[in-house]
Formats: sequence, C-alpha cells, structure tokens
Amino acid sequence: MSSFPRPPEGTWTQHYPELGTAPVSFEDSVSPQFYELERDAIFRRAWLNVGRVDDLARKGSWFTKDLAAAGTSILVVRGMDDEIRAFHNVCRHRGNRLVWTDTPAQESCGVSRQFACKYHGWRYGLDGGCVYVHQENEFFGIDKDELGLASVHCEVWAGFIFVNVAEAPRETLREYLGPMVSALEDYPFGLMTERYSFRAENASNWKVFIDAFQEYYHVPPLHTEQLGPVHRNPEAVFEGAHYQLDGPHRVVSTSGAEKHRFPPEYLYPSEVLLRSGNMGPWDAPPIDGELAGTNPGGVKRWGIDNFQIFPNLEILIYERNWYLSYRFWPTSHNTHVFEADLWFVPAKTARERLAREYAAVTVKEYALQDVGTLDGTQLGLESRAFASHPLNDQEILVRHFHKTVADWVEEHHAAR
Amino acid sequence: MLPADFADLEPFAATWCLATEPERWARRLATTMKEMQAFYDACFPRAEDAIRYCDQFGLDDMPEDAVRLLQLLHSLALASYAIEVWQQPLPVDTGSARIDRIREPSP
Repeated sequence: MSSFPRPPEGTWTQHYPELGTAPVSFEDSVSPQFYELERDAIFRRAWLNVGRVDDLARKGSWFTKDLAAAGTSILVVRGMDDEIRAFHNVCRHRGNRLVWTDTPAQESCGVSRQFACKYHGWRYGLDGGCVYVHQENEFFGIDKDELGLASVHCEVWAGFIFVNVAEAPRETLREYLGPMVSALEDYPFGLMTERYSFRAENASNWKVFIDAFQEYYHVPPLHTEQLGPVHRNPEAVFEGAHYQLDGPHRVVSTSGAEKHRFPPEYLYPSEVLLRSGNMGPWDAPPIDGELAGTNPGGVKRWGIDNFQIFPNLEILIYERNWYLSYRFWPTSHNTHVFEADLWFVPAKTARERLAREYAAVTVKEYALQDVGTLDGTQLGLESRAFASHPLNDQEILVRHFHKTVADWVEEHHAAR
Repeated sequence: MLPADFADLEPFAATWCLATEPERWARRLATTMKEMQAFYDACFPRAEDAIRYCDQFGLDDMPEDAVRLLQLLHSLALASYAIEVWQQPLPVDTGSARIDRIREPSP
C-alpha cells in the first residue's frame, strides 16, 4: 500500500510514458567511446554550475575550475564593475595555462587586479582585456585590443554561477533551467553562507555515482546504521513522496517524521547531545516567508527536496533550513571528481557550530559508504555480465537520467 | 590547555585538541578503539557542560582555552561515529574510499 498519493497511472514511471519500464543498459557508464560522445554532446553544450557568488566575495576575486570533460580550465572573475565573467584559462600569446598556483593542473583561487602569464609576462585585466604585451614593438602588426582572453558564456542564477563553453548556447540559463528549477530562484540561498566543503576522486563513472544520490531505495540496506542499533532494519521499506520531471531536470521529495521528533531509543547518544545528524541540525534557524520553489508536490510533512539539475548538479534542500550541493565532474569514463558543500545560516554560538559540525561529519560518514560501494558498482558493470538491469519505480530518476543522456548524445551526433 | 573547570579532560587535550577536520580524521584513523573509547567515555558526560562553557563567549572572541575545548568537542563528534555507530575507526563498507574536507568554518 502506498502512503502517499500517486499519479492516476498508479506509478510515477508510468506517469511519464516516454520512459518505458524496460530494463536499462548501463553501457553508457562503462564505455570509453560513449564518454567521448558525452563530452561533446553534454559537457561542451550544457550549462554547468562551477561555483557560487560566495566564491567571489570581492571585486577582483577569482577562481579557476577544471572542466576535464569539456577539455578546458576556466577562469571565473568578479570585475571592478561587480560583473562575473568567465574565460578560458589560456594566455592569448602562446597558449600557456594562464592562472595557477601550485601546479597548472590544480585549481586555485585568489584576489587580483590583473592576471600575468608566467611564461612571457603578458597581462590581462579582470574583464579579460589584454593590458600589457612584453616588448610589444617586437611583434608584427598586433593590436592589444584584439588580444583579450577567450570568453566563456557565464550567467548567475540564485547565486549559482553557471558557464557554457558552447560557442552559442541554445538557451539562456533561465530557459535551460525550466520552470521547476527556476521556482527556487527566491529560496534564501543567500542567507546560507557558512560552508563545509568536501572533495573526492572516485573510481566510478560520474553517472554511476549520481545514480546513488537520486534514489533512496539503497538507503535501508546500505546505510542501515542511520537508525540506532535497536531499530536497525536493512529491510525497512522506503517510499518517495513525490517525483517530478521537467525537461532534463528531476526532483524527488521525501516526507516523514523529522529526526528531532524521534524517540531517543531510535537515535545515537551524540545525535541527542548535539541535536543534529543525517537530516542536519534539529534546531532550524528561523527564516521569514515562503521557501520559494520547495516541495513542488505539496507533500505533507515535507522532509527533503532532491533536485537533480542536468547534467551534474544536485541541490538537496532540507526542511530544517539548510542545503547541500553536490557536483560530479567526469575525468574519464570510469573516474570523476565529487564535490560536496553543506550550506548553513552562520552559527552564532558554539552549540550551533557543533550541530553543523556533526551534520558535516555525518554526511562524510555515509558518503564514504557510497563511494566504497560505487567503486564496486563500476567494477561490476565493467564485467558486462548483464546487458541490462531492472529498475523499480523509486529508481525513476535513474531511468530518466540515462534516457536524457542518451537523448542529448543522439541528438547532437545525429545533427552533425 | 583547557579551562580550569575541565582539568579532568586535560589528559586528552594534547591528542584531540585539533583545529581542522583533516587533522581530527587522521587522528581517528591512527587511534586504537581502546584509546578512542577512553576519550569518548571521559568526554561525552562532560560535553553538555563544555558546550555551556563555550557559549559564554561569542564564536569570534573565544579565549584560547575555550577554543581548545570546542576543538575537543569537535573531536568528540567525530570519534562518536567510531564508537556509537561503526565500532571501528572507519565506516563499514568504505573500501578504499577517501573524502577530504577542504573548507570549514573556524573555530
């Protein structure tokens, strides 16, 4: 029996008939050839979230971002006019990687007035314009005004900085995000500036990893320990409250008893002590007004919205007024970089700081289980023991994701 | 190292008063379960008092000994997973996974 209203078709998957219900092939996650197709069809054409305005706090703040799948590193800068711009991180002169700190392959950040190439000393302003050519008179008919950095399309939505390395993106960022995601525009992301960031290099395809973060079917068996020892049950039943698709994007919302209302025997002593855990700090900071765009299905006792923004951004918004963002950056067909950020309204007291700390600790504990397991999924899939795999109704977002990837690849390569 | 009221936790201060999660994580992995249990057993019952002590101050103007007490509480939060949840230093089914915390507020 279902605890939540279902669409008239009886299942979420059948509510979106274009998805079908057939077993799904994960060849797209093990094939080096398919990865090359994805790089062109997706990572060189889609809007990609590379950071937040928080990363560029001041005029002259900048960071570099390695987009291995798009084959470039980009430099994202806040100009003296407060505009945020993005450029290929490449010197116009001899093609040197322009800005780096420890090694050219590592991302870096800082605050500058200009960028100077380490190789021959050419300099660029924050707007990407070339301002200095060393021994300019030795060159042949050059004009500095035409020797700026190569721009990359850059737009900001709700404080999230997106880039698109296509020469001419097919859609503006807002068109691309569509109504379901755009509805979050006025969510108070800007109040949540206290940040815990994590990074991992994982031995799995980026989609294999995302797949684990877009269904909760795996939670009782893999993360059995999320409930205290007395009530642990790997065969516990989970049910998503609402699933919704909008273009290439997806959401699942959960519902259920909040952790802070659980009887203590379901909890660990430290959860009770620190009033925090896998759902975040129990004592939510007060926020005035509506939480725009959240709970699109209007579920009762709303818990979490898990927005999957194509291709590789996930935003998890919690009922306790904090959020998580995940980004998944492919580096080959079977490796990717995983970035996770927890965002909180800043703590005012040591008690609040500890509650946030314990939430950040908790995220890492269970994410380590996901990483360990999904390395194994990659190895399993690479054996190609099965041509396809059955997916249940709770795995609708997995089904939609792989279909979307296939559609983008097919459409792009058919058009060429 | 710690405020006088918490002299009983002094034996753990040199080991567990660590400013960052990477340091605390490395300590957790390098600690035997017996040592971790001793730290947990001593610190957990004192934690509520320690939080109240730290909360006398603003987060940005805590005296150094109170900052170290808060660091000890951060270590307790991290060690508690090994004690309460996993009964071993690493989460179960972690394989060769590694996740690094690269940014966090302080203290």
